[in-house]
Amino acid sequence: MARQEKKKDVVIVGLGWTGSIIGMELAQEGLEIVALERGHDQDTVPNFQYPQMIDELKYGVRLGMMQKPRQSTLTIRRNLEESALPYRSLGSFLPGNGVGGAGTHWNGLNWRPMLAEYKLRSHVEQNWGAGIIPEDMQLMDYPVTYEELEPHFARFERVAGISGNAGNINGQIIEGGNPFEAPRSSDYPMPAMPSTYDGAKFAEAAKSLGLHPFARPGGIASTSYVNEYGMQMGPCNHCGFCERYGCYQYSKSSPQTAILDALRKKPNFSYRTGAEVLRVEMAEDGKTATGVTYYDEAAQEEVFQPADLVILAAYQLHNVHLMLLSGIGQPYDPRTGQGVTGKNYAYQMNGGYTLFYENEVFNPFIGTGANGFSIDDYGIGQIDFGTEGFIGGSYISSGQSNGQPIRSMPLPAGTPAWGQGWKDGIKKWYGHSMSIGSHGSHMAYRNNYLDLDPTYKDRHGRPLMRMTFNWHDNEVRMTQFMREKIRPIAEALKPDSMQDAFKKQGQMYDVRPYQTTHNTGGAIMSETPDQGAVNKFSQAWDKHNVFVMGAGNFVQNTQYNPTGLVGGLAYHTAQAIRTQYLSNPRPLV
Amino acid sequence: MTDLPGLPSRRSFLKATAAGAALSGLAVSAKARTAEPPVPLDQYQPEFFTPAEWTFVLAATARLIPSEGDGPGALEARVPVFIDREMMGGYGAAADWYMEGPHQPDADPFRGWQTPLTPAEVYRGAIPVFDAWCQQTHGGAFAELDAAKQDAALTALQKGEVALDPTLKDFFSILLQNTKEGYFADPMYGGNHGMQAWTFIGFPGARANFKEWVPRYNVEYPLGPVSIKGERA
Repeated sequence: MARQEKKKDVVIVGLGWTGSIIGMELAQEGLEIVALERGHDQDTVPNFQYPQMIDELKYGVRLGMMQKPRQSTLTIRRNLEESALPYRSLGSFLPGNGVGGAGTHWNGLNWRPMLAEYKLRSHVEQNWGAGIIPEDMQLMDYPVTYEELEPHFARFERVAGISGNAGNINGQIIEGGNPFEAPRSSDYPMPAMPSTYDGAKFAEAAKSLGLHPFARPGGIASTSYVNEYGMQMGPCNHCGFCERYGCYQYSKSSPQTAILDALRKKPNFSYRTGAEVLRVEMAEDGKTATGVTYYDEAAQEEVFQPADLVILAAYQLHNVHLMLLSGIGQPYDPRTGQGVTGKNYAYQMNGGYTLFYENEVFNPFIGTGANGFSIDDYGIGQIDFGTEGFIGGSYISSGQSNGQPIRSMPLPAGTPAWGQGWKDGIKKWYGHSMSIGSHGSHMAYRNNYLDLDPTYKDRHGRPLMRMTFNWHDNEVRMTQFMREKIRPIAEALKPDSMQDAFKKQGQMYDVRPYQTTHNTGGAIMSETPDQGAVNKFSQAWDKHNVFVMGAGNFVQNTQYNPTGLVGGLAYHTAQAIRTQYLSNPRPLV
Repeated sequence: MTDLPGLPSRRSFLKATAAGAALSGLAVSAKARTAEPPVPLDQYQPEFFTPAEWTFVLAATARLIPSEGDGPGALEARVPVFIDREMMGGYGAAADWYMEGPHQPDADPFRGWQTPLTPAEVYRGAIPVFDAWCQQTHGGAFAELDAAKQDAALTALQKGEVALDPTLKDFFSILLQNTKEGYFADPMYGGNHGMQAWTFIGFPGARANFKEWVPRYNVEYPLGPVSIKGERA
């Protein structure tokens, strides 16, 4: 029988970005809060210190900061007929582990979705009619508007410490920013970071073609900075160790640099590490949760933590897994289209060019995760879907993030993978190339979804979650469109040679190479309870004291990195709980 | 000229020293210069590999990254020591991976690692099978063949033309991956001896501080590498 802990007002599952935000905001209400973190504790000192953090093998290759599949993983299949197999070693996506979660090891790229993305179904129907929507695409509107979220995006950007140049403040277009961004109420809290040579070359070429380059916005401090919680950041030194690493010098935005030290000072907030939540417990009426049961790693036993309010703030995959295991929302069934939990899993469609220059020097080890310049001229709001034959868009960028040689060694096509030819190739080409990348949207489909696996179990005996996912023609058409649009930019840059990698029709999902840790959906928000698992405040439709945070709420994936929207939704939810829910706990919609 | 296995490449060492002195004016670290030479690879006592396996690993990595031409080969970089140590660690034992059955080792390669074996078990299982194939096809165990036949054998292995049990099918890809890891990882893991591979390509290792270098477009960064333990080259 499980040990029982003293009841709390709030239990938070997971202490990454959203857990830290909700913890801080609700701690200000004087509530008694405990956060349960599956992984270990970690902080800039001692865990991310120089020089131990500058270790490509340990963190970049052996993935020292990531979730261990032995502890937690899922199974994957590409279609309903295939048997799902376990994701035994990490490849395509890298869920984080420990305090800070993915917010600790990310690259720092921070965006607000484009205006067209909030009401995308309506945008399509109004402009081209529902007839252009593929039969199996489950295209949806968000139940929340940009206007409702804007103050929360601004708040997250100020808390997280985002560097960038605004392109549209209250409708006024500003030179040097993104002219296609949705109007913002205020500029970024810090100016944009300087770019390396590759980004500057790209920006010049894009401009010469009449496009609109702007410095890529990100959670990398360009100056010293103090946020509203009193947390300090120091200017980045472009060390080239962002993604897969913790930042050794307080420059990358993370729960550690932006929130946690301030949160730890709150006497009504505490957290426990080595505490893996196994399920959310339900009241007999079936309408509310009573708390969570977790596995205490140190004591090697199950513990029941009662609470009035349950916040699921784990990574998207784990939130959905917990919902499926706990009976939050009816599981989605692709055969009938009924059910909500696990519905509309989506990903990201990326591609890119590599340009080689024998006589130019890029020093690729000088970089940040949000380095360089982007264009949004082919963003989702700029494209005539009816003419082009797809629904979606992409932002296009150049800016080196690292030159770590085990993983970052672009070589011209035809260079041998080993032997004398490879050795000659690395000498000739290391530091002599740049890339241009397309980061594209991903729509939701009937057969891309999450449920429980019938065969494989985790170490606690729980069924693993099962992902059914494959690429669809719509995204391939989108990415091939980007390939055609980038080519003139690449040609204007006059490389000695260039090559590209974009998905082609019929290409199957390959779980091995790293693609992106932008897993979305499965706990989508919706106007009505039959369409999604949570309402516009990320409140479970069928359990009003359970709130589900994060990218699981995305109805389909946007063309951007998800953190900006995740942060904006978290502050939106925090405000709803503070101003509407606490005084009168009930379904808010 | 090929430098002796186990000894730092004299050629690369001289080159690195000259470059460092000429471009930065920094003295070469006394520590790097006076470090005890490590045990030569042919006298090294592997922790994981048996003598027959060790002979294979020395010979195979020497073809994957040969010693000829500019820069260190796998032997000068002491890549085999790195691989031996990795086999004894968490990677070799698949300590972080989900290894529960049922397994489907003959699944489409797109579906990732599906063998019930750990990386160390794959080396252990595959080396004798590959050596036997070399014996049958080329008339000698891999290490006994000349360089051209070794390259032909490795190419056959890479292309899947050597009949390996499905549980061993990832052998070539992990051998090549681990060889490159040992070439480029921090020297504290046993390979990249003297940071020769970093010096060769111009990666500055753990320097990780480039703020003033961001606006210096198209200018080669002049400083040689440093390691996590503070060695310089």
